[in-house]
Amino acid sequence: MAEVRAEMVANVWKIVVAEGVDVADGDTLVILESMKMEIPVLAEGAGTLTRLHVAEGDVVQEGDLIAIIE
Amino acid sequence: MLNSVLVANRGEIARRVIGTARRLGIRTVAVYSEADAALPFVAEADEAVLIGPAPPARSYLDSAAVLAAARQTGAGAVHPGYGFLAENPRFARQVLAEGLTWVGPPPEAIEAMGDKISARNLMAAAGVPVAAGSAEPVSSPDAAAAEAARIGYPVMVKAAAGGGGIGMSAVSDPAGLRAAFETARTRAERFFGDPAILLERCISPARHVEVQILGLSDGEVVALGERDCSVQRRHQKVAEETPSPGVGPVLRERMLAAAVRAGTAVGYRGAGTVECLVDTVADDFVFLEMNTRLQVEHPVTELVTGIDLVEQQFRIASGEPVSFPAAVRPHGHALELRVYAEDPVRFMPSPGTITGWREPAGPGIRVDAGYAAGNQVTPFYDPLLAKLCVHGRDRGEALARARAAVAAFEITGLRTNLPFHADLLASEEFTSGDYDTAIVARLRPGPRPAHN
Repeated sequence: MAEVRAEMVANVWKIVVAEGVDVADGDTLVILESMKMEIPVLAEGAGTLTRLHVAEGDVVQEGDLIAIIE
Repeated sequence: MLNSVLVANRGEIARRVIGTARRLGIRTVAVYSEADAALPFVAEADEAVLIGPAPPARSYLDSAAVLAAARQTGAGAVHPGYGFLAENPRFARQVLAEGLTWVGPPPEAIEAMGDKISARNLMAAAGVPVAAGSAEPVSSPDAAAAEAARIGYPVMVKAAAGGGGIGMSAVSDPAGLRAAFETARTRAERFFGDPAILLERCISPARHVEVQILGLSDGEVVALGERDCSVQRRHQKVAEETPSPGVGPVLRERMLAAAVRAGTAVGYRGAGTVECLVDTVADDFVFLEMNTRLQVEHPVTELVTGIDLVEQQFRIASGEPVSFPAAVRPHGHALELRVYAEDPVRFMPSPGTITGWREPAGPGIRVDAGYAAGNQVTPFYDPLLAKLCVHGRDRGEALARARAAVAAFEITGLRTNLPFHADLLASEEFTSGDYDTAIVARLRPGPRPAHN
């Protein structure tokens, strides 16, 4: 199981991958936006995205859980 | 002169405009979002009005909320700063329709320059050189491929309504064009609400050099020298200087004359900037775009001319003559270093709380800061914390002062790009003056996964 966490304070702009979908290493899961910049959050390893902890429009803090890949 | 002004902006530029207004005895009104209540500009205005929550669309971009604040406080004028509503002709018209003074150019001039395609066509007709490129919007990947073949690779793909480098990319061959076109179109739609795309011949290596103009009350347009803005990351400026070390007297004279023609062609009034690309091999230039507002990097022009550009904006907006002699001669050399809340290697955003803030001071040092110790830097706005501006008798003195000032600037609690500025000022390439828009990529090689 791999936890995907936010690297910085940001707004969740776009959910790219829905729960239950299989992902490959390096796939973009979610796109964050901070300080007028888009920051893609990537899968670090292949698996199934079993749990998505954020929704579009949410504000995440540094270290917040974004998703779980199993 | 004006009695009162509402500053429709935030951070360092709101503070800077308020400073000049106060010196001139103009009553100031700040507007602010919930995220910005503790920032210095709110405290320094005579009055401050909360206009909405943190997201820009619900505060600084909410023209109805800004106009309501003007009515509520009886402000007689609106200064838009840069960004947000500054280049929105509809907002300028609303301000004028309220019977207020708009501290900016006529809405028609904003409109004429706001669309990059119409601006290119207008400039070409006025005798200002433009790069080979689209005379009308490119609306499909196939049309883009045909247009690129006509112009010749490499090409730049841009949003016609764009700015800040958003959605812009350089493409060196047909293989990359489709993806660049789709990216540009998606971003153009999202950020600017207008999917129009244009292609332009890419000039490389190039310097990004711009000319400050002022359209005076009597209709005359004057040019106040150039600024070199070639130090960029993600197509956004990081450091600027004047005069440009890459522009000789003959080229400078041609660029200044072209900038005056550009301003005259659109009936320009107030402060504006004509951005150009200088082909360093051919020692020639083309028009890039015009920014119909005060520019972030205007302080370097102020340092070498001694002119307060915001004061001139107020004077021109009031229909008064400007307060400097016609034959103003720049003296010395000036640099601006943009201090961003971002890591100094990958330039990724670094919002957070500022726990300590100590600005450098001394001869030739000017700091335009938007924040102070204790302030929170939120993810909602751009990462600009402060502008460290330095003046010296010549470039060597300015560089030496800049190095000392960067070393003395202490900001704690979040990451800043000050270490990048130290590296820039120590680099052989920047110090030599012989650099171009790829300098940051050479100083910081490596992958850039994110984009704006």
